[in-house]
Order: sequence, then structure tokens, then C-alpha cells
Amino acid sequence: MTLRIVCVYPDLLGTYGDSGNAEVLLRRAAWRGIDATLTMSRSESPLPEGDLYCLGGGEDGPQVLAAQRLLDDGMLATAVHQGAQVFAVCAGFQIVGESFPDAGGAIHPGVGLLDVRTTKGSGRRAVGEVLVEVAPKESGGLGLPTLTGFENHAGVTELFGQAQPLGNVSKGIGNGAGERIEGAHAGNVIGTYLHGPVLARNPSLADELLCRALKLEVLSDLDDTREMLLRDERLQQVSALTR
Amino acid sequence: MALRTLCATFSVGLVNGVSRRLGRGSGTVAGGRVGLKIHAGLVGQLCEGKSVALVSGTNGKTTTTALLTAAMSTGGKVVASNFTGSNMPAGHAAALAARRRAPIAVLETDEGYLGGTIKEAKPDVIILLNLSRDQLDRMSEVRMLAQRWSEALSRSSATVVANADDPLVVMAARDAGKVVWVAGGLVWKDDATGCPLCQGPIVFGENNSWRCVECSFARPTPSWSLNEDKVVSPDGTVGLTLRLPGAFNRSNALMAMAGAHVLGVGLQEAADALASVSDVAGRFHQSEKDGIVTRMMLAKNPAGWVALLDLVATNPAPLVIGINARTADGADPSWLFDVPFSLLSGRTVIATGDRWRDLSVRLRYAEVPHFVEGDLGHALVRAQQEADESVDFIGNYTCFQDALKATP
Ligand SMILES: [Zn+2]
Repeated sequence: MTLRIVCVYPDLLGTYGDSGNAEVLLRRAAWRGIDATLTMSRSESPLPEGDLYCLGGGEDGPQVLAAQRLLDDGMLATAVHQGAQVFAVCAGFQIVGESFPDAGGAIHPGVGLLDVRTTKGSGRRAVGEVLVEVAPKESGGLGLPTLTGFENHAGVTELFGQAQPLGNVSKGIGNGAGERIEGAHAGNVIGTYLHGPVLARNPSLADELLCRALKLEVLSDLDDTREMLLRDERLQQVSALTR
Repeated sequence: MALRTLCATFSVGLVNGVSRRLGRGSGTVAGGRVGLKIHAGLVGQLCEGKSVALVSGTNGKTTTTALLTAAMSTGGKVVASNFTGSNMPAGHAAALAARRRAPIAVLETDEGYLGGTIKEAKPDVIILLNLSRDQLDRMSEVRMLAQRWSEALSRSSATVVANADDPLVVMAARDAGKVVWVAGGLVWKDDATGCPLCQGPIVFGENNSWRCVECSFARPTPSWSLNEDKVVSPDGTVGLTLRLPGAFNRSNALMAMAGAHVLGVGLQEAADALASVSDVAGRFHQSEKDGIVTRMMLAKNPAGWVALLDLVATNPAPLVIGINARTADGADPSWLFDVPFSLLSGRTVIATGDRWRDLSVRLRYAEVPHFVEGDLGHALVRAQQEADESVDFIGNYTCFQDALKATP
């Protein structure tokens, strides 16, 4: 099987180096000898069939357009129903939910693949380093080590229905709707506010996505010395922050 | 001059003198801050009676400011300019106070402060170079910034010298009273692929043409452009020889030529002045030690990197890359994943700076083998040991400043 990774609309959703997430998935598959392809699918073309879709952050106008195109296109929802995985960051996280606001506060429909809805926050923009303690597998969580990343968003996202938080925020703001939780996941869809790109900063999350898309329990080990050096430094630096 | 202005101006000089003697930086911002505390309208007061030019944009501000200053200095004219790159009001106040009697001021202006500076300084010319993603944790997103520029420009009587090749700049300048469109080039197009008016896709065609597929927004016809080594202007054509390297510096020079023209400098005179500039605040500075030449370059965002990669990708010399994430750099280095570093594979690369770990992970995914050396001084020494003839250094803002101090 060839693993088909699709980076969704990099022309609209790629503000914070987020297309790096797709690059990380491609390399981590290829380094293990897994046959994988990456399609950078621009917004003027129909979205191709894939096994693993990545959505990134974007500004308000492009975000509205991206959601509208995805709804018109229909492929993303079809693929998810057929078993494809989705990893969505920031504006992408909001888009895969039920609804989200534009710059003026008007609410737009999302693709509805994850039970979250986003509204315009009343407070300050959430900007800065974040640490997330991921819930263990026994309680329905992803069971991963602490996640590190950088958030930069104004929206406030609340979970309902099937959606479970990715974890509890120990530094930073996260979803910002009262509870100190970050991101959401349900079924084949994972969403988060973490940039970084988050998969480069958290290789265990990248491998979780690869396992899901390849329907494997485990993957062979890679030499992640460099990632671990970065993780350790971030965990140490950010834990020491008073924010 | 009103007493308060005089007192504020005097304080700027006093604080700067003391701070220089104490060895605290170049002492430009500290004095400016004190001056602005005493008189909030100091920049406006000091600009009165001067010909004033503002230079703004994401990349090329410092270089274009230096080039325009050179063009305006012809015939021994004194120009007040914030040549050190302190481009917010305190830096403006300091530069203006240091050359109070100068008839001309050329001020590099931070993108986020352009509106406020236009209101204060009442400029004659505003040069707008480009807009792309940079320090997103501090700056607004680029479209928001373009919108704020547009509002500020519509209230100004200045002539706007604007890059016709950048859709976001065109969006900002299109409603200004007087606009000179310049074919200033655009190396980084990822922030310009969506129409800033209707969100439709923008298509780029031959000869830098572009247009929105869904509305009438399109590239205005420029009256200034480059034709190989010549500047084509409404007043004729003139040869342009620069000492600064790279296509992006030729674009900066073209923008500076158009700005100087608005302020009355002759074509040939301006071209000659530009040809004399070889080093801008240490950028493109070359130093030699033990027979090894070190070239110093600055790149602080994806657009800056893409412009430089053109210049350095095929050079066989060792390359030291330094990345910091201090206040002046922006706290979030995720932009490293927007830089097509894979073009560097085959070069000897050494990762350094406070955030060498982020850079090292980025280079791993770009499949660029590299060494890591957390200490900047050690990284430079190591590169010099590996070099046959020369070493390239590229750093972001504060790392570049540190590297300048570390090289002779
Ligand atoms: Zn349009």
C-alpha cells in the first residue's frame, strides 16, 4: 500500500509553517521504508483521494474561503467516512468543526467532522508556548507524552458530543473556553491549536497518525536524538515560564 | 523651536551621549525614549520644515533606507536617518535629534508603526517595498497590516512609491492620492496567492504580471522597472551598477531611485550615489581572518531566506546558520518550516544560535546533513577551520548582531 498524504490548500492554510506537518509525516514514513506520497493540494484544484489529510493555520479571509471550498468539494468528508485520517491545526482545527467566526464575528459553517464549535474570544489573543498533558489510553485519550507547541489564535473553541480533548493545558491557553484543555479528537479526526510544526516538536504524535493511517499497532524506531534535544529544551524552558 | 521641543531634543543627545560612554549599545533608542517622554510630539516637531521620506515593508527596509540616504546626500547635503535600524518612534526621535538642522530625513519605519509615523512626520514620500509573514507573534497577520496601511495612506498627502509586483502592497496603496508604481519584484509569493479584496485566487503570469481570477484586481502598470543592468524610468534610462549583491538588492535600489526622483534628485546623480554603497549596517559585510573571508548575511523570515538562497545555495563554502527567538526576532521559530532549506543539501552546514535545536530538527526534515554548535563563536571558528577560502554566515536579527560583534 502507498500512504497518500495530502496537504490541504497550502495556499490558504499554511501561515505558521504548518505544511511542515505533512513534510514530517512523509519523511517519517519514508525513513522506515514505507511507500508514501505527499500532494500539496491547492485550493483551485479538486481535493484528491488520500489516507491522511493535514490542514494548517490561515488568516480570517482565507479560512472562510477554505471552509467553503471544502464543503463544495465534498472529498474530505467522503474520505473520512471511508477511513482516512485528518490532522488539523489552528484555523484548520476550527474548519473541521461545526462552525467558526470570521474577523467581523459572523459565524460560518465548518466541515462538521469534529464536534467542536468556535466563537470569537472576548479577551486577548492567545499567543505563546503551550504544554499539554495528554490523557492516557485507558480513559479514551491518545496516551502520548507531554505535547509542546506554540499557539497564536483569537478564537475560543468548545467541545460537544463525541469530541474528547487532546489533553490538559499545563502552560498556555489552549481552547480557551473556560476549562484548561487543548485540542480535540474523535474517530479519525485530531485537531489542535499547536503550531511548531507540532509534529516536528512531538514525533510521537506524528507516529500515532502514521499508525492510524497505516492501520498498524507499532512502527519501527527512528533515531530521534535531535527531536528529543528540542523537546527536552522546550519542556524545561516552558515549564519555567510563569505564564 | 518651542522650548519643550528644544528641551526634549537636548535630552535625547544627553542620554545618548551617556549611554554610548557607558558602552550600552549604540545609544539611539534610550535617548529617543526619554525625548518622547518629555514631548510626545517630538518626531512631528523635528520633521517640520524637512523633506521627509519613510521606507517600510517586511524585507529590504534597512538597505533601501541606506540607498535612498546615499542618493539624497549628493552634493554634500546632510540627511537625518536611523541607519542603525531602530525603526520605531524612539529610533526616529534619536535620528532626527542627532541631525536637527538636516533639510532631509529618510526614516526606516516598522510596518506596524507606519500609520502613526505618517500622522506625526507628514512625509513627502512613502516607499512601500513588500509585505509577507514575519514575527507573527508580535505583528498582525499580513492582510490586517495591509488594511491598516491602506487606511493610513488614504489620509496622507504623500507620494507613495509602491511595489506593483506585490498584491498586498498594491491593495494598501491603490487608494492613495499620488502613487508611483515600481516593478520592485516579489520572490516570496506564498502570502499573495489569495486576492486581498475578494479572496479569489491570484494568478502570476509572465513578466511579473498578476491578476485576480474573480475580480478586477490586477497589477498596475509600473512606470519604473529594471532592464538587465539599466533602470527604466519615466525620465529615461540609466545604467545601474551596485556593489551590494543579489537581485533583491537591485529591486531595493530601484525603489530608492524612484523615491529620490520624487524628491528631485537626477537619475544619473542617484545611480552614481547608489553605486558607492557597499555595506549596510554590517549586511553583506566581508571580513578576513587568516586568509578566510567571512560573508555576513541577514535573513529573518521566509521571504528573506528565499531571496538569499538564490545567492548562496550553490556556493561550496561552509555555511553557518544562526537562529535566535528573542524579542526582536519573534518568539516563534515555526517559520523555519516555510524555508526551502533542502536547496542547501550538499553544503557543509553548521546550526547555531539560541534555537539551534529547532533549526537542527528543521534541517533533518529537509534532509540537509549538518553539524550543531550551540555557541556562535565556536560555530564560526569551526566553519573557518572547514573552509578553503570563505565562509557564509546567515543569521536572523539578534543572532546577526551577535555574529557581527564576534567577527573582526
Ligand atoms: Zn479579487
